[in-house]
Parts: sequence; C-alpha cells; structure tokens
Amino acid sequence: MKGLYDNEMKLEFACKSNNEAFARISVAAFASQLDPTIEELADIKTAVSEAVTNCIIHAYDGIEEGIIKVEAKLKENTVYIEISDTGKGIENIEIAKRPLYTSKPNLERSGMGFTIMESFMDEVIVESIVNLGTKVSMKKSIKKDQTLEKKDEKVSQEKESSEKEGEFYDI
Amino acid sequence: MNVNFQIETKTLVLQLTEEIDHHTTKEIRRIADYEIERYMPRKVVFDFHHVTFMDSAGIGMLLGRYKMIKMLGGSLELSHVNQNVHKILEMSGVLKICPIQEYSKTN
Repeated sequence: MKGLYDNEMKLEFACKSNNEAFARISVAAFASQLDPTIEELADIKTAVSEAVTNCIIHAYDGIEEGIIKVEAKLKENTVYIEISDTGKGIENIEIAKRPLYTSKPNLERSGMGFTIMESFMDEVIVESIVNLGTKVSMKKSIKKDQTLEKKDEKVSQEKESSEKEGEFYDI
Repeated sequence: MNVNFQIETKTLVLQLTEEIDHHTTKEIRRIADYEIERYMPRKVVFDFHHVTFMDSAGIGMLLGRYKMIKMLGGSLELSHVNQNVHKILEMSGVLKICPIQEYSKTN
C-alpha cells in the first residue's frame, strides 16, 4: 500500500486498566523504528499512558465493554499517534485541559493528564463530541543523530585546535 | 513492592518494584496504606530504584499518601528517582513538598 505515511499500525483493545502497559509499550516499540533517545521514548510512553487512562477512567467510566483504538503512523522522523474512544465525550475541552483540573477528585487523580501530554509531545489536538466519543491526536518529531552530530563537531574542533598547535610549533 | 521498617528511626521504606500507572496504583495504594497504618512511621520513604515508568496516576497516588502521612504527623521522602520520573515529579510540583534523598546513578 502506497500511503501518505512510511509505516502505520492500528490497535484495538478492551477498556481494561491492565491494557495501559500493553498500549504504551506497543506504541513505543513501533516508534522505536525512528531510533529515538531513551528520553524521547519515555515521553511517548507517558503521553500514550495518559491518553489511554483518560479513556478508561472518563470516557467509559469503568465499563469494561468499551473499545479503545490506538493508531500510530510514521513519516520521516515524526510519529503521529491517535487515541480514540466511543465513550461519553468531553463537554468542555478547555476546562478539561486545565492543569490540576479533574472531574473525579475522589479518585486521587492529579489532573495533570493533558498537561503532561502537551509538554511531552510537540502537538496535541483533542476533538470530542458528547455521547459519541473523543479523539486525541499527538505528534512528536524525533531529533535525528543528535549525538553523532555532536561527536562530529567535537572531532572537527579537536582537529582545528591540533592544527593550530602544530602551526605554533612550526614557527 | 518490598516493605522495610527501621524501628530505631521509625522509618518505613516502601520499595516500588513495578511501573506506576493507573492500573498498578490501586495495589500500591492498598499496601502502602496498610503498612503506614500498621507502623505509624515518623518518616516514609518511597524508593524508586526499580521504577522505570511513572505517569500522572503516580502523582495522584503520592499526593494522597503525602496527605495521609502528614495527618499522622510524619514526613514523606523519595529516593533513587531516575530522570524520567524526576521530570514528571518536577512538572507536577511534588518535589516542592517531598524532598529527594539521593539521585539514581544510572540514568
């Protein structure tokens, strides 16, 4: 299939809390094709975990029959992740996104879910229709060959300085 | 989770051994609350040495335990926090109320 993306995958699983680890590890394994750093991979894992947890706690409200859909796509050095449910939807996305806001204070939730997603990913878009469902689309670019470039810089700098030293001794 | 209580210093060390998310916090919460009520420690230390992953559910769990320990007159500390967990703790402001004992050397 010749699509817009270099690679793509789709997962559907039951809305059970023990699937949270499965979801984030699967997406991380898929994204690892882009050769991310451990930190970038941890960011992706955390963001996916937050989104899936939202589906379980809020969208389906503990009902285990719901289905959570996770799609991941790769294009060049960017990973696109979509997490969607067909649950109860979010009435006011702006309020839900607010740091420390939680609609379930009795559950000891921190209200940091969307805040963490937004700071760990490059872009987060939330679309929701009440009683139809919610879709969270996230995007993160993996910075390529950072360490290699740095190494090259170092090597060239060292070369320059040694050349200079050489000149100095010639004189 | 491994539990260790030092009688002389009245310190309860709870060594977390799993990834911390919404699913696992239920069990962590249950054990932690049981042990805290049993020993009534002066200090509780959450040891993150074996924790490779934590999301915002962990923050909620820590804040909940912090309130409980504070109410019983004790203090809460964290230890061996790795870089990824540190990032989330810092962002959520948990570090302002729970000091970190020492940093994990590996990552």
